[in-house]
Order: sequence, then structure tokens, then C-alpha cells
Amino acid sequence: MFDLDKWQEILGTMRKNKLRTFLTAFGVFWGIFMLVLLLGAGRGMQNGVQREFGNEAKNSLWIWQGKTTIPYQGMKPGRQIRFTNDDYEALAREVPGLASLARRNRLGGEYTLNYKTKNGSFPLYGANSTFFEINGETVLKGRFFNPNDLAEKRKVMILGRRAREVLFGDSIPPIGKYVNVKGVYFKVIGTYELDGGNGRREERSYIPFSTYQSIFDTKRRVNLMGALAKEGVSAAQVEEGVRKVLAARHRFSVDDKQAIGINNNEENFKRFTGLFAGIEAFVWFVGIGTLIAGIVGVSNIMLIIVKERTKEIGVRKALGATPWSIISLILQESVFITALSGYLGLLLGAGLLELMSIGIRQIEKSGGQAPYFTHPEVDLRVAIAATIILVISGAFAGLVPALKAARVKPIEALRAE
Amino acid sequence: MITLKQVHKYYSVGKNKLHVLKGLDVDIQEGELVSIMGSSGSGKSTMLNILGILDDYDEGEYHLNNTLIQNLSAKKAAYYRNRFLGFVFQSFNLLSFKTAQENVALPLYYQKVGRRKRNKLAMEYLEMVGLSDRADHTPSELSGGQKQRVALARALISQPKVILADEPTGALDTQTTQEVMDIFKEVHRKGITVVIVTHENEIAEQTDRVIRLRDGIIESDKVKQEELTVKE
Repeated sequence: MFDLDKWQEILGTMRKNKLRTFLTAFGVFWGIFMLVLLLGAGRGMQNGVQREFGNEAKNSLWIWQGKTTIPYQGMKPGRQIRFTNDDYEALAREVPGLASLARRNRLGGEYTLNYKTKNGSFPLYGANSTFFEINGETVLKGRFFNPNDLAEKRKVMILGRRAREVLFGDSIPPIGKYVNVKGVYFKVIGTYELDGGNGRREERSYIPFSTYQSIFDTKRRVNLMGALAKEGVSAAQVEEGVRKVLAARHRFSVDDKQAIGINNNEENFKRFTGLFAGIEAFVWFVGIGTLIAGIVGVSNIMLIIVKERTKEIGVRKALGATPWSIISLILQESVFITALSGYLGLLLGAGLLELMSIGIRQIEKSGGQAPYFTHPEVDLRVAIAATIILVISGAFAGLVPALKAARVKPIEALRAE
Repeated sequence: MITLKQVHKYYSVGKNKLHVLKGLDVDIQEGELVSIMGSSGSGKSTMLNILGILDDYDEGEYHLNNTLIQNLSAKKAAYYRNRFLGFVFQSFNLLSFKTAQENVALPLYYQKVGRRKRNKLAMEYLEMVGLSDRADHTPSELSGGQKQRVALARALISQPKVILADEPTGALDTQTTQEVMDIFKEVHRKGITVVIVTHENEIAEQTDRVIRLRDGIIESDKVKQEELTVKE
């Protein structure tokens, strides 16, 4: 029920007691404002870390060549292990739980990518299509390799965003153009983007693995392999299978962890998940602390207000105010102030985060990057819930002394100074 | 209008009980102008607070306007205070953050009278006490006498049966004291019962009846003869 008279009474009281109103309002405002900033900063950190992690498939592993460190079957340690197409095929054939297998080689030596008069010193790789699935590249324009590209060893190329920018600029569409590497011309069929690594991952260009081997490397070598586990199979299981097959083929001990390098993304991801949980727990811990500080502040001010108004309550009672009219007057005032200032804190906090977000986006556009921090944002439901909790607890804090004040005999209230 | 029968009041001070009112019997008729006198500690303020339902009593009976005032709920007490009684205090007890007009209108707010009517009536009562030009001033901008006149207007606006005043001139100089007393007398002429607690003889002399309290007992209860003869 809306009681205009009561609201006029409340607004009048607030207008005439500006300092008191301001102090209460500021306590609530500050609590919510800090909470929103904190939650936003926590999320920004989480987003930042997530970005560093990139888009790699989480249930995958990378396998690279190493040196043996354990004597095995009469062979000395320090032997270099080298992969070939045969290893790749053996893994595809023999490792259980494997969804797909990727391979990638990097072209060594001095060379540049050239388009007309433009050139760039960017690395060239040969890879199969599965590689992109594991590494996480996404198509910007055109397409990735199809089976025919690989089967027919077509001279086609996929460019990273950065390489495209340098070779073609913004005005020339790269698809269908020819890029010259070491005198060989490759037709550009697609461009990609990939998060992480401060943009260096977008400097790379790829040609089909079969094309790469036939032009640049006739020894059928394979430098890096990637394995993607089937749905429901853990990457650790696949890792074990890979180790077993390669150990048998290259005759090193299965326990020799240095003979081949394996990077298990699943385990990395688990570590990151742990880190996220840690950040989240920390943010909540500090956030709840801030909220409690806010509640204590509001309660404190409410207590003082009721104490300060004891005499006024006595006068009102002598003039015929019922206890309920006293309680509702104080409560409505406190709820009104806390709700309004809480909302203001919410608005300003969210606004500041949005400004930060815009600022960071500007910096990122111009090529810079804030390490481990991006896109701070706040879960609006959490912030609103916090505001409501603060309003309710502020009202509750006022309720106890208000009830007490309403119960006091008017003569005692009148005597108060 | 007001009947006290063997009213006792105790205050507990620590473990001891202080017997403040020791069986008062008072009967005040409608339209009387009565002063209650006594030295400090005689129980005169306590008596006034009981009459005003601001405090409760321990034994006896108190009838106000033929209603027994005993063990009332806070809501009922508020209702009787609002309808039957008007208060004037020594320290004025105006709300400092409200204007004179708003202060005067406050009892009507608790009677749920509409705002426009409230403010109109408040203006009329301010005019009656001669302060209509100070309607927009807050208490801090008023002199002591003006404050007390505002308090009187506030006490009168609800058209009470009884005006209770606790040392209403205690904080005022001689001239303003007389101004305030004149208003009390005017109120009395309109037929409203007025009870004034005071320790000043000049005040008591201007009332029709003087009740003297001493140590919680009525020492004397004198009705002025000449006033009575004039009335009859």
C-alpha cells in the first residue's frame, strides 16, 4: 500500500538530516561498489588466464622427439629418437582409444613469404587437417585443408591473421592469391585466428603435410605429432599407449620419460581448473568479507540513528504515534536509503567495469595486451543478490533498535538527550 | 474529567523501591484550570506523566473522561493521547528538522487527516498563538517564547479535552511567561481542562485551583474563593 503522507514524512526527514542520510547511503554504496569491482576484477583475471591457455583441445596430447637417458637392450643413453611416417602410421594403427592423430613439421632455414612486393619472415609449416582440431585454429575466411588437398599434394596455403595483414594489408582479399616461398607458389585457400601466445601463433602459415614432405623434406620425417582421445577416454590412457608403441619401435625403456616428450593438455587443463577455482574462492572470500563490512557499517549507523531519534520517537508518541507507525517510519527510511544507494553502487561499479573493458579492448586493438587480465565483467545476478542481502540486513539491523525504541515508555524516550 | 483514586507509583532504584506517589486522590472537573505545585522530588512531574499516559502507575485507578486508564496496549494509549490529551513541555520538544507549521500539524498526521486540511488547520492555530508569520521557520529560528507558543498550538490542534503542561514557563523570561500564560487562560476560557505543573507562585496564582504535593502526598488542595463566586 502506498502511503503518500508517510513518504512525504520520510523524504522530509531525509532532506533535513543530510549528513546522517549521506553516511548511511555511502556505507551501502561503498560496500556494493567494492564488491562489484572485486567480482569484476576476479572475472577479468580468470578471463585473462583462460586466454593464455588458448583454444587447444583439452583431451589431447602433443608428442615430440627426445634423447634416451636410460641404457636399454645394450644401447647407451643419449641416443636421439627420430619420428618418421612409419611411426605416425603405427600409432594410428596400434594405440587404443585414439580419435585422431595429427602431424606437423616446420620448415627450417632462412626464407620469407612473398606476395608481389610485400614479404614477411614468418614460419611455414606442413600439417594435416586433424592438427587444427587439436591446436584450436578457427577459420576466418575460406576453408582449411580437405582430403583432396592432402591426397593430391596440392600447393595450397592457410595464413594466420597476422601473416595475412602483413602480406595483403586490409584492402586485398587474400583468397585465391599466390604466395611464393623459396620459389614455390602456393594458392591461399583460407585464413585463421588463434588465441594465446601474444599473437605469434597467428604469424604461422600452413601447407598440406604431404605437399610439405614432397617439396621440402624427402626423408619422410615427422617432428611433432598430436593425439586426440576418443570421447570418454582419458588423455592419460592414450599417453600410455603412445609411449608403449614408440618404445617398442625405437627400442627405449617405457620408463624413459626423456626419450620422447609428451605434453598432456588434460593435465594442464586440470591445473588451470584448479587455479580458476582458487581465484573464484579468493574472490568470494574477499567479497563476502566486504559485504559483511558493509552490513556492519549499515547496522552501526542504524543503531546510532535510532539512538539519536529516541527523543523524537518520544515526542511522536506523546502526540499519538502508534508503535507500528514508529517502526515502519524508521524501517522504510532505512530500506529506501540502502536500496537506492545499493543500486547506485551497482550501477557505478558495473559502469566502471564496462569502461575498463572498453579501455582494454582499445589497447588490444592497437596490439598491446594486459597480461593475465581481460574483459572484467560481473555476474549481475550475484551483484543484485548482494544488494538485496545488504538492504535486508540493514533493515534488520534497524529493526531491533526500532522495536526497542517503540517499546520504550514515552516518558523514558522523552527524557533521552 | 480526571479522577485519581489511591494512585501509587514506585520506581525501582537498584534493589530498592522508591515510593514516589503515596495514594493520591484527585478529582478534576471539565473546564478547570489547575496548577500542581511542589518542590523537586515531590512527585508532581510523575503525577503529570501518569495523567498523560506517558507513564504507568502501580496501584489505584485513573479515569480519564470516564475511561479507566489501566494496562493499556501501546496502540490504545497512543489513541487516547492523540484524542484526549495535548502536551506542553518545559523543553518545548519540537522536532528540530520540521517547520513551525509542520510541527503543529503533526498530531493530525497521526489522526490520518489529509495533508491539505492539516496544513490549513495548522495555519489557523499558529494564527491563534500569533505566529502565522513564522510558519516556515524551524525551531532554531524561533525564540523560547515563540517555541512554546508553537508547542501550545501543536497541543491544541487535536482539540483535546485536557492540556497537560510540565513547567511550561520554566525556560522563559518574565515577559514571555506572561504571554504564554495568557494563551493558557484563553484556552481555559474555551472550556478546555488545563493542568499545569509549576514551582513558580506567580503561575499558580493565575490558576483557579492549586494542588500542593509533598513527598508523594497531597499537602493541600485549595480552590480560589473569588474565582468560585465569580463563576457561580
